[in-house]
Amino acid sequence: MISQFAIVLFDGFAFGMLLFVLSVGLSVTLGLMNFINLAHGAFGMLGGYIAVVVMRRLGLPFLVALPAAFLGAALVSIVFERTLFRRLYKAGELNQVLFTIGLVFVAAASAAYVFGTGLQVIQMPSFLRGSVEIGGMRFGTYRIFLIVVALIVTALLYFGLERTRLGAQIRASVDNQRVAQGLGLDVERIFAITFALGSGLAGLGGALAIEIVGLDPSFGFHYLVYVLIVVAVGGLGSITGSFVGAALLGISDVAGKYFVPEIGSFLIYLVLIAILFVRPHGLFGKR
Amino acid sequence: MAEITQTIVDARGWLKLQTRWSPYEIAFWVATLLPFFFLPTYLSLASQIAITALFAISVDLVLGYAGIVTLGHAMFFGLGAYASGLISAKLGWNEPISGLIFGGLVAGAVGFIVSFMIVRVQHLALLMITLGLGFLTYELANALSSITGGTDGLQGVDISPIFGTFNFDLWGYTAYAYSLIVLFIGFLISRRIVNSSFGLALRGVRENVKRMPAIGSDYRFHLQKIYTISAVMAGVAGALLTQTTETVSLDTLSFNRSADVVVMLILGGTGRLYGAILGAIIFMIARDQLSGLNPQYWYFWIGILLMVVVLTMPKGILGGLSRLIGRRDE
Amino acid sequence: MSAAQPIVLRTDALKKSFGELKVARDISIELPRGARHALIGPNGAGKTTFINLITGMLKSDSGRIELDGKDITRAPAAERVRAGLTRTFQINTLFPDLTPVEAVTLAVTERERTAGQFWTGLPSHRAAIDEAVGILEQLRLADVATRKTRTLPYGQQRLLEIALALATKPKVLLLDEPAAGVPKDESAALFSVIAALPSDISVLFIEHDMDIVFSFATRIIVLVSGGVLMEADPATVRSDPRVREVYLGHADLSGVGHG
Repeated sequence: MISQFAIVLFDGFAFGMLLFVLSVGLSVTLGLMNFINLAHGAFGMLGGYIAVVVMRRLGLPFLVALPAAFLGAALVSIVFERTLFRRLYKAGELNQVLFTIGLVFVAAASAAYVFGTGLQVIQMPSFLRGSVEIGGMRFGTYRIFLIVVALIVTALLYFGLERTRLGAQIRASVDNQRVAQGLGLDVERIFAITFALGSGLAGLGGALAIEIVGLDPSFGFHYLVYVLIVVAVGGLGSITGSFVGAALLGISDVAGKYFVPEIGSFLIYLVLIAILFVRPHGLFGKR
Repeated sequence: MAEITQTIVDARGWLKLQTRWSPYEIAFWVATLLPFFFLPTYLSLASQIAITALFAISVDLVLGYAGIVTLGHAMFFGLGAYASGLISAKLGWNEPISGLIFGGLVAGAVGFIVSFMIVRVQHLALLMITLGLGFLTYELANALSSITGGTDGLQGVDISPIFGTFNFDLWGYTAYAYSLIVLFIGFLISRRIVNSSFGLALRGVRENVKRMPAIGSDYRFHLQKIYTISAVMAGVAGALLTQTTETVSLDTLSFNRSADVVVMLILGGTGRLYGAILGAIIFMIARDQLSGLNPQYWYFWIGILLMVVVLTMPKGILGGLSRLIGRRDE
Repeated sequence: MSAAQPIVLRTDALKKSFGELKVARDISIELPRGARHALIGPNGAGKTTFINLITGMLKSDSGRIELDGKDITRAPAAERVRAGLTRTFQINTLFPDLTPVEAVTLAVTERERTAGQFWTGLPSHRAAIDEAVGILEQLRLADVATRKTRTLPYGQQRLLEIALALATKPKVLLLDEPAAGVPKDESAALFSVIAALPSDISVLFIEHDMDIVFSFATRIIVLVSGGVLMEADPATVRSDPRVREVYLGHADLSGVGHG
């Protein structure tokens, strides 16, 4: 029984770490600019497909595909941000929601057209396959890898935010945009950089997700809901919040599907609503 | 009493003008009778459109007039659908009009309870709560598949003839007449509401919620009221679907239904009632005509359409049109 | 001002801090009926914060607020308005898509508690509409009564701010920089409208333009760093060296005002 719990906890935490990498970018950009970008999941999907192309068409190894996914998603997001999104910053929530949902539709349809509707399969390098035995229980190697990557990303983010000048600028802008602008910070440039970083991370998450949950054209939609839950529960503009929210959701999702498969999803939504009602800004949200 | 100045006369006149029936409106409602005579093969589609239009109006009331962004209103549609379906399938109550009212009341009761939550949150939290409630209700209905029939749908719904005489014929004449009349009544009620001082208060909330308490308004109470009314209307629409198709399926509670109706509102324009109807007509006809197409193409073009409309016509097609006609707007 | 008027608004040791930042220090003021009091002070002194505290938009840490003898310290904002305490906003907080007649009628129906009626058409609220038009005429907005608020020039929007406040039939009117952003020649007209307000309404206005302050105010409260520096008649305030020091670099007060 203990080992069942341990495995569920481990698998759930690993899934949560994937969700963290996917979500943290949206949390920060939402906290920064209040731009509801529902296409965030689509950037994740893009990263996944970039990884597939890099590995299958170019024959490059998985560990090269990961940064490629990050860079590719980041670059594409910059293009979208500069040309389309910035026109909607003052357009109101409904318009932002609908525009970005439209973008997800287009992305999903395009992915289906180019890659077909099936799940993408890639070859994992041998050192990531199989499992490791600890304390009499077997833990998947890839999941351990996921956790390690996520923790590295977390560390880099914390370091970046706390120690670099750009990080300080981002924190200031999240905290109070008007004052930051008044102090001479180029909030638009800061946002563009943050947006690129966040979308890049989503792309990385998409690439990482292929082996764990699969990649197909509906990825942008399906994981959008997860990402939104992480961001809403964790709180906008908070890395800690995203981390905690993602871990909670990952574990709850896996535990729910394992122990109470009939009503697992129902319980998650119930808890989501309860948390948001008591803390509308999320567990670690600002204001 | 002060003397009646010209300004008072002008103001009264202008306000009355806002509530007057325009000839376009009357022409429109007359045109809704056309399918009976010229498009009898499309009567069942026409019923679907009427039902969807009623649902769209219910969402317009909260989204277009009160400014509550909701992505989960199918919850009330589905609740009405299942409530009226269940009393027929499980309890043998087959009278249509009372079934309709029952569906509306069940949805309205839930809407009233939910409204307490809705008025206490904003922005992302509000979006997520409406989204979450929608998913939650779907999962609940799925989990209770022994009662609801789950993914197979509810079987055994049998509706008696309306007023004992109008049988639901295979061609769909009764269904369309029934749906159209219910839609018209729902529309009349909505029209009454938006042209009242309550409707003005709602627009005030939508325009500047910060100013409302500053003029002494308990605006949260207003919002709860319209949310509940909207839930009743959505529930009636759902019950209407159950009664005209004699089945209920999980898709009445699906996110797709919630999202589709918001797309319709963006297409037609929010805050106008007719925008909701127009959006429903365009969307449903387009989907019907393109249903042979690959579903990928459908989503691709809907996505492009959404993006284009948001960027170029923020007030929807009706908004763009009304600018051309110059009616009511500056 | 001869005989003592009853005190309509009183605050007692109102305190508010944001962590270490004290934005309101023991502010105690009294506003008699018919007052025309000005609230002045350098930027950041906490004037708008004080208004937010009185109106309930901000909750005070301690202290008391009394309106007509009634304790409203914990009352929600809308309730205070209904009790007769209304404010205008320094930045226009209007309804862009509504016309002035609609906006003011809305305020009247909210006051009369008829705004919730969803079955009677708006045109049937004749008394409310007539009253709304009357207010608009009073504020010289009659010509633009049926134009959308967002199409109105800034100065008229400022007047609409006041119109909305008047529609609540206030006993106490708090005007937050009513002439903010209005060019000099127009602001005189605006203030003449304020001067014509019924004499039983108590007015407290925040203003930076000293000409206007000394023309219209019968008493001046000077707020500095969240605390009341002094509260006296205009002549005393003008000649006080502390006040001059506080305003050093902003304006030379000697020779300002018409005595």
